[in-house]
Amino acid sequence: MSYIVDRRLNGKNKSTVNRQRFLKRYRKHIKKAVNEAVTKRSITDLESGESVSIPKRDISEPIFHHGQGGKREMVHPGNKEFITGDTIPRPPGGQGGGGPGEGDPSDSGEGVDDFVFQISQDEFLDFLFDELELPNLIKRQLQGIESFKYVRAGIVNEGTPSKLNVVRSMRQAYGRRIALTGSMRKRLKNYKEERDKLEEQDSVLRDKERLNFLLEEIPKLERRIKKVPFIDTFDLRYNHHVKQPQPTSKAVMFCLMDVSGSMNQAMKDMAKRFFILLYMFLKRNYEKIEVVFIRHHTSAKEVDEEEFFYSRETGGTIVSSALKMMRDIMEERYPPEEWNIYSAQASDGDNWNDDSPTCKKILVDDILPKCQYYAYIEINPRRHQALWREYETIDAVCEHFAMQQISDPSDIFPVFRELFQKKPA
Amino acid sequence: MAKDKRSPISTGSEWTFELINEYDREIALSAEKFQLDTYPNQIEIISAEQMLDAYSSVGMPVGYSHWSYGKRFVSNEQQYRRGHMGLAYEIVINSNPCIAYLMEENTITMQALVIAHACYGHNSFFKNNYLFKTWTDASSIIDYLVFAKNYIIHCEERYGVEEVENIIDSCHALMNYGVDRYKRPYPISAEEERRRQKEREEYLQKQVNELWRTIPKLGDKDEEIEEARFPSEPQENILYFIEKNAPLLEPWQREVVRIVRKIAQYFYPQRQTQVMNEGWATFWHYTLLNDLYDQGLVTDGFMLEFLQSHTSVVYQPPFDSKFYSGINPYALGFNMMQDIRRICENPTDEDKKWFPDFAGANWLETLHFAMENFKDESFVQQFLSPKMIRDFKFFSIQDDDLERELEITAIHDDPGYRGIREKLSQQYNLSMNEPNIQVFNVNIRGDRSLMLRHTRHDRKPLAKENAMEVLKHLRNLWKFDVHLESVDDEEIRETYHCREDVTELNEEDNN
Repeated sequence: MSYIVDRRLNGKNKSTVNRQRFLKRYRKHIKKAVNEAVTKRSITDLESGESVSIPKRDISEPIFHHGQGGKREMVHPGNKEFITGDTIPRPPGGQGGGGPGEGDPSDSGEGVDDFVFQISQDEFLDFLFDELELPNLIKRQLQGIESFKYVRAGIVNEGTPSKLNVVRSMRQAYGRRIALTGSMRKRLKNYKEERDKLEEQDSVLRDKERLNFLLEEIPKLERRIKKVPFIDTFDLRYNHHVKQPQPTSKAVMFCLMDVSGSMNQAMKDMAKRFFILLYMFLKRNYEKIEVVFIRHHTSAKEVDEEEFFYSRETGGTIVSSALKMMRDIMEERYPPEEWNIYSAQASDGDNWNDDSPTCKKILVDDILPKCQYYAYIEINPRRHQALWREYETIDAVCEHFAMQQISDPSDIFPVFRELFQKKPA
Repeated sequence: MAKDKRSPISTGSEWTFELINEYDREIALSAEKFQLDTYPNQIEIISAEQMLDAYSSVGMPVGYSHWSYGKRFVSNEQQYRRGHMGLAYEIVINSNPCIAYLMEENTITMQALVIAHACYGHNSFFKNNYLFKTWTDASSIIDYLVFAKNYIIHCEERYGVEEVENIIDSCHALMNYGVDRYKRPYPISAEEERRRQKEREEYLQKQVNELWRTIPKLGDKDEEIEEARFPSEPQENILYFIEKNAPLLEPWQREVVRIVRKIAQYFYPQRQTQVMNEGWATFWHYTLLNDLYDQGLVTDGFMLEFLQSHTSVVYQPPFDSKFYSGINPYALGFNMMQDIRRICENPTDEDKKWFPDFAGANWLETLHFAMENFKDESFVQQFLSPKMIRDFKFFSIQDDDLERELEITAIHDDPGYRGIREKLSQQYNLSMNEPNIQVFNVNIRGDRSLMLRHTRHDRKPLAKENAMEVLKHLRNLWKFDVHLESVDDEEIRETYHCREDVTELNEEDNN
């Protein structure tokens, strides 16, 4: 007799736990592979997984087995020209393990291949941003009706029948019955004992009056006990649920970039990579995220992504124009009590000579107090200019302001890590 | 008794539950004709992903969680996705009812093949082979695995995943040394197992304490005790020894050791009967499906598809082929089964000389007898015929590290048959392929160190690096120093020492 069972709808990811444990155990190797991958490939590529390789030696599960040497005999199929007594030169590397089923390279002691496997994009990003932390991830604004969740809130006396809690109701009823009938049952018991005793006595000696009284009382009591209802409306208990508002967190990210003539396409590319990294990082931490692109030369302009990265402009540089614009947009659209505001500014450090102090003033007075984090990266292989020095003074006093210099594409990720490194509390 | 040809069960390649049912019924009828005695079948249809899952858990339908299964899964998945590896057609579990997995991607032909192969071939092997009968209890294994899984989860909650993993890692390293080769365990139900488990914890701990008692006994018999060795006889089941005697293991850790040991024991017969088991199952899917064909229940197209797959399963590449990776157990097993049938039905003079006992006997009885009473090693020894050796063109090579060159010691000719048969049989002797390592002595009165002894066979040494790693694992369980002597001909050749901070190997210069 056979039973045929369709198991296809059962969960197919039975191995997920084991897989996760495996990844956890080898997280050091995987992180190394991920970090290497980031420096190698273009940032726009980050949306795919990565293959990780771990040396077989590190991953093997050791067992006792025979090593090289000694005497062994093996039977093989498919003889063509050998006859008994033939000798053949020892093949380089020695005759393999010996014994059936030793095809598995891990058994032969020195499997040299790496153990290679894929991790998914999600896992990739997890490892990538592992140990990074968003600074000041605290501000959360409750969003009116956006989301609610029902949570249990104990037991109440009133409710709809569908929420009836049977166990609690029965327990209540049971308790009530015990409480209401307790004294009567006690009396009943006493009466019965007394009656039994009287009935045992000789009919001449016994107290007839008392017996008659008892015989009358006992059924009366029994009836009264029976009258106590098994369950009553005020026994009923209901599960209670309350609506709880779910906090949703929103973030806006300002990308500010200098597009004056001094920024060439390579520099813009580097800036772009940095922005993308920041964007993906924020995306993992906030449900909702908006991006504002502001580009500037001598005047600032809010643009869309395409234009931000690819349209060409020339001219001088006035950084404060972008900062002013950012300030205005913040005031207009992103009230800081509702939004987590992050900003990243990329520039080559050029600025109109007397503009830098203005920048500092706007930053310190209007922007930084409302921002969660402000990162400035200078893409410049050469020495620093006025803007950097001005910003350094801000960096010294302001905690959520950070600045770094990038001179080469491979710097981007390390710099990014440094900016967002988990700081000991 | 010429029967009318019946009409085929199906003509297309798509499968449905009704069709599977019908094939199963017909195959069962046919199997009954051949006296295949099976557990009830539970046929489970699963998807490819689920098959990958099943793969990685090394054939246990319920398993505890461990990173090494994750590793297996990751590598199988990788190979499968790249197309390096096809999935096996089936996985079958030695349980009662016998669980067999069928993949949904397969055609109805393949499903029928798998049903015949797994549900009637392997199944009857599990039920009737003496090793399985003695060592495994098919009706309780699933319950036991569930118990094991829950117990490990429970430990993980109480003591942390890493702590538990640490113990399991060490046990896995010694898993092959966690089996009793000769003693027979008593099968008990999982219910019983749970009930006993608490009891055992306390009792074991008490016993261990007794062994390690440091308060000296009164009286002057101390000197005699010094002389006594512990254990009094060398112990081959290292994990069992650890479970019962390791001084510092917590009760739950002993239970984990026990779980790994039990599972190793459960798989031990499968490791000893690979050729026979696969050969038996392959022989029967071949015979049963041919029987269906004779009854007209399957079409020519069905047979062609089936045969194509069958021949690739039983193909044996020659030793110099790039596809060669040892002897294909399906090929050897299947051909030997076929050969036994041939010897019974059409014996040649040679067969009569070699196999006077069963040449010309009833083939079905002979095959059943062979299946029930042998394991790979003895099966080859008893039933490998000269014709088989010629067909496979077997030859044996001797690799002696004292000689400059390899030597061909026997080939498929008259003087070579016995030699080949003997050597091939030894090749399937697990105790030859695994180093013979036993618990030799424990220094009870001194530093509590554990001494293992490796007895060399044909001068074969241990693979050093691995041995040291395993010793570290053993030390992790024993918690005191562990030593290993590698002995050849009563002479100690190498000694391994695993101490708190160093693991080292000393070559003894005896020559």
